[in-house]
Order: sequence, then C-alpha cells, then structure tokens
Amino acid sequence: MLRVSLSFAAVAVFCLALADVQVTTLEPWGELGRIARGLLTPDVVVLYSFREAFLNTITFAFCGIFVGVIGGCILSVFFSFAPARLLCAGLRSIHEIFWAFLFLPVVGLTPVCGILAIGIPYAGVFAKVYAEIRQEADQSTLLGLPPGAGRLSRFCYGVLPVIWYDVKSYTSYRLECALRSSAVLGFIGLPTLGFHLETAIREGHYSEAPALLYAFYLLIASLRYWIRPRLVIAYVVASFAYVSTEVHLSRANLTNFLTYEILPWPMRREGYYEGTGEVTFALADVWSWALELAGTEVLEGMWNTLVLTQIALVGTGIFALVAYAAVSRHFAGRLARTLSGYALIVLRTTPEYILAYAMLQLWGPSMLPAIAAITLHNGAILGHLAGGTADGIELRPDAPRRRRDRYFYEVTPRVYGRFLAFLFYRWEIIMRESAILGILGIHTLGFFVDSAINDDHLDKAVFLIVASAISNMGIDMTSQRIRKRLRVSTGSVFTYDQ
Amino acid sequence: MYDLNGISVSYSGEPVLQDVTISIGEGEKVVIIGPSGSGKTTLLRKLYELYQDRATMVHQDYALVPQLSAFHNVYSGRLDRHPSWYNLVNLVRPRRRDVADIEPIFRDLGIENKLFARVSTLSGGQQQRVAVGRAVYRGSDVILADEPVSAIDPHQAGAVLELIKSACTAVLAMHDVQLALQHFPRIVGLRDGGVFFDRPSADVDDKILTELYSRERDHAVE
Repeated sequence: MLRVSLSFAAVAVFCLALADVQVTTLEPWGELGRIARGLLTPDVVVLYSFREAFLNTITFAFCGIFVGVIGGCILSVFFSFAPARLLCAGLRSIHEIFWAFLFLPVVGLTPVCGILAIGIPYAGVFAKVYAEIRQEADQSTLLGLPPGAGRLSRFCYGVLPVIWYDVKSYTSYRLECALRSSAVLGFIGLPTLGFHLETAIREGHYSEAPALLYAFYLLIASLRYWIRPRLVIAYVVASFAYVSTEVHLSRANLTNFLTYEILPWPMRREGYYEGTGEVTFALADVWSWALELAGTEVLEGMWNTLVLTQIALVGTGIFALVAYAAVSRHFAGRLARTLSGYALIVLRTTPEYILAYAMLQLWGPSMLPAIAAITLHNGAILGHLAGGTADGIELRPDAPRRRRDRYFYEVTPRVYGRFLAFLFYRWEIIMRESAILGILGIHTLGFFVDSAINDDHLDKAVFLIVASAISNMGIDMTSQRIRKRLRVSTGSVFTYDQ
Repeated sequence: MYDLNGISVSYSGEPVLQDVTISIGEGEKVVIIGPSGSGKTTLLRKLYELYQDRATMVHQDYALVPQLSAFHNVYSGRLDRHPSWYNLVNLVRPRRRDVADIEPIFRDLGIENKLFARVSTLSGGQQQRVAVGRAVYRGSDVILADEPVSAIDPHQAGAVLELIKSACTAVLAMHDVQLALQHFPRIVGLRDGGVFFDRPSADVDDKILTELYSRERDHAVE
C-alpha cells in the first residue's frame, strides 16, 4: 500500500513540475479583504430577486432525480448483461455539464436541457448502485414466497422491502448532489443559482455572492426537514408542473442535430457551403480529420486533464489525511472537532466549480485554482469519511499518549486501507471534474469542448466528449484493479460515493 | 401422497439421507424426531421438492421479510392467487377483505394485537408464529414445518400445532418429543440419515426414545 501511495505521490510531483501553476494576478491577496468583508456582510435583501433561480435549481434537481431514478430502475434490471453495464458506465462517465452541452443545440437553454443533463448520468449511477444493493441483499426472504407468484409480486414482497432503506438513503443523498449539479449548470447559462453566482463573482459583487452561497447551504442543510418519502412524489409533480410551461421540444432540431450537426465536418463540408445540407461519405477525409483532432486538441486536453487529475488526487489525499485528524475524537477536542466538522461541511457542500471560479478571480488563470478547488472539495468529503472510520476504532488503554505517535502508529495505519479505497473510488470523479474545470480556462478537455460549442462545432465537441468518457472509463477500470490488488474496500455499497 | 423408496441425499460428498423408505398418505399428520444432524431438515426439503405446487414449507429460520408488517408477511403466502396489481395495492393499503381473512389466523396464534406490527419488532416466538400463519393462510394441501414451535413456550405451542394440523397433510420436524406425542398420531424416528423407527405415537416408549438419542452421545464421545 505504501509503495502504491509513494509512486502516486512521485507522479504527482512530476506532474506539478510540468503543470502551469502560477499566480498571474498582480495582487493575489488584494481582493481577499473585499471578499472577507463580503462574506461577513451578505446582502440578504438581494436574495428576493433571485427567488426564481432558487426555484429553478430545486425543480431541475427534482425532475432530474426523477428521470435518473426511473432510468436507473429500468437499467438496473438488465445490469447482469454486459452491454447494459457498458451503457451505464458510458452514461456515468460524462459530466453533467458535458451532457448539457450536448442538449443545448437541440433544446436550447431550457429546463429540459438541465433536467436531462442531470437525469441521464444519474440514471447510470442509480442503475449501478441499485443493482449492487440488490446483489448484496438478503435473498432468503424469497424462500417463503409461493413459487407460483409473479415476478413483480415476488419483487415487491420479497426484495423491495429488504433493499428499501438502502435505496432510499442513497437516493436522498443523491438529491443533494443533484442540487449541486443543478446550481452549477447555471455557469453555462441555465437559469439556476450558478448563473447569478457567476455574474456576482465576475462583477465583484462580493456581498451578493456570499448571500447566494449561504442560501444554498441553508437549502442543503434544510433538506432533511422537508424531504419526506410521502411528500417527494408531490414535490416531483409540482416540479414538473412548474417547468412544463417552458418545454418546447422541436423534432426538426433533434433530427438536424443527430443526423447532421454531430457528423464529422468532412462529411458535411460540401453540403454546408452549397447550402443544401447534404452529406457525403468521404471516409478518408473523416479519418484524417479524426486523426488530426486526436493528435492536437484531444491529446493536449487529455494530457492536461491527466496532469491535473494526478496532482489533485494526491492533493486530495494529503488534505484528507490532515483533515480527518481534525474531526476525529482520537486527536481533537470537542470544540475543535465541531468547528473543523463545520468547515468540512461547507467545503463539501460548495461545488468545486464554484470554488475554482472564486479562486480564479484571486489568482488568475492557471492550474492552481483548479487544483485547490478539487483538493478542498474532495479532501473534505474524504476527511469526513476517514474521520468516521477512525472514530469507529477503539484504542487500547495503553495506546501512545502523544497525539503524534497515536496518529502515525495507531490510527492512521488502521484507517489507511479504507482511506485508499475511498480515494481511488474518487479518482474517476476527480478526473471528470478536472476535465470540466477546463471551461474556466486551463487547457483540459473541458476547455476544448467549450470552445467547440462556442464555435458551433458540435462534431468536434462530441468527439472530445467521447474521448473524455473513454478516458474516465479507463481510470475507473484502473482504480478497480488497484483496489482489488491492494485488497482494500470501502465497506458498504454507498458510503464510498459520498 | 408421498412414497419414498430408498432415497439418498448427500451434500458435497457427505451423505445426509441414506436409503430412506417412507410413505405418507393423504391426510396423515406425521412428526419426524431425531437427534440434530440426523437429516430431518433434508427429508422435509426432499418432500417439499416433490410437490412444490401442493406444499408449503415453514422454514427453520422463518424466511420472513423483517421490514414488512406481520399482515403483509402472512398475506404473501397467497401472492400467486392475485394479479400483481392487486398485490401492489395491498402492499400500500391492505384491503379490508384480506385483513378479515387473516385476522382469525392471528387470533388462533395468539398474536392478534400484532397484526400490523413490523416483523423486525416482534420477538422470536412471535416471528415464528407469523411464519406458521403464512403457511396456514396459504392453504395448500400439505404443510411441511421445520421446528415450527422451537421458540414458543409449551402451552402456546399446542395451539400452534393444532393450527398446523388443520392442513390436510402435515409433516413436522420437532425436537420436543412430549409435544409431538401429545398432538400427533404418527412418529418417525430418524437417525444417521436413515429411518430408525416409524410407528403410532401410542407405541413410542421410553426405551426406543433412549435408543434413538443414545447414539448422539456415542457420536459426541467419538
């Protein structure tokens, strides 16, 4: 385990040497005072004018989750078939923002775009987790049912009650994620919180941005008080009713997108210039087009994505190893624990995209804001999980008294396996985030996707997105292999996803 | 009903039943006794496999769904008699008709106040009675019950056994010999996977019982 950790650290140091890490603003800390003042004086009054954005954030999340749950349930039935598993892996490996980019040309900046962008990748996640929950559930309950009962009845009486609790808690955890996704989708123009956050941060309204953020934290924190299984259906129906006023799907747009716009440029070139919209099958040209794209933008984007991923992965690990001590009863007193606990909650509730965007304003464009944002967000999640694992350990009465000794010789060695499993589980998530943060200006895959979308080169965008999906699936497989080889596991089905 | 002739069963090379010959007529009520490991459960399972569509099994570990109410667990015994949509409705909102059908069984079992209690909140004995209730409610011709009163105290166990006897044919595995003799006319003694004796309760005396179980002690010494 130590060898694997050290080699990952070495790779990260090497990447750090290659990476463009610098502070480009003249006064990197100059803005800090104004930001701090803003954080302390949030402009609560302005929130009222953003009520629609809040409503959109919530309704998109509810509808998206609903689409995801339905899709996930259907897909999980077929999860024992390899093609279905591959499909789910593919759905999962594309970030919500990339999905939104794909739907933009078809449906425009409408709720449908946001809902599908959340719902589709979540369907892939739900399918996998639901299938795993079912696999691990107690099967003996089926013995007592009459053999002649229908499949649906057997499922509802013999399986569903057994897995219900796990399914419910995982789904409600995902609702929180969906709210974050929904808010972040605003950064690419959808009418959710992120839209106003971006404006506020970009224009330096340092009292507006914190107000929006605080309200978002409150929203997340209050979920447990108003999310009830009985009410959820009502919320979903109300959400659909709310967004339905704006839905207009154009069939012509969809066909145009699927049969024309995403086709490689050489196939469309002639028809485009002549205005006929005709397609030619210039296979040799398509091949050289693909090769050129792969050799330039894909290669550069992927390389930078990988560099950022490896640095951020190790950064996440280091931050989590420090943070876990701050929230564990073995090392910290009650007050310190409570305070650092809250800090971790804030960091993991803030989407990394927002963190990165705020830091970008401070330090200027380089990999630094992205590294810091991914490290803080994921490290906070991991630190929280590792702290929980550590608190489950009972120390022997004659354990070392000095905290330093206890940390290095007693507790850390015992949580390390679990910790690595959590970290490797997040590897693929970190890679997805690294790609996306390119939209903020560093040359990871997201940057090239964003420019392709802005130039209306959908063929290029799709090509890049597929490339990112494939690399994500590759990382996912590598991570699984490493976890298996190290024989580390996260324990239960869904703690590892938090 | 059942005519087993020289049946043998082994699990991973280890013989569990050896050359068992037994015949059980329609309407008979039989108890199988014998030291633990003598093959009682295996024999019951064998019988169950022969006529799955006509028999119901009361499992030793109950095979209940702990997250559902006692009512739903008992109701699930008849899932195959209703269309799926009906079962679904009943899961969300129990129909009055089915509640009326099931309530008397709970009364006979002495747990009428637990009708809508979640099974995970019930004691072991109560759970066992729910499992019996499910088999009885199923209403099949044959009930095969594996230690159905092991967690119930003796004076309540009698009522539960009588309820099981309401099925046309009943075959039980039990370790409480006195209860078995009190309530059932025919006793089969199993030992080392074979039939050691098979006779009416009246003819089961202390001598043969001692012999049946004495082997267990021999084994323990070995």
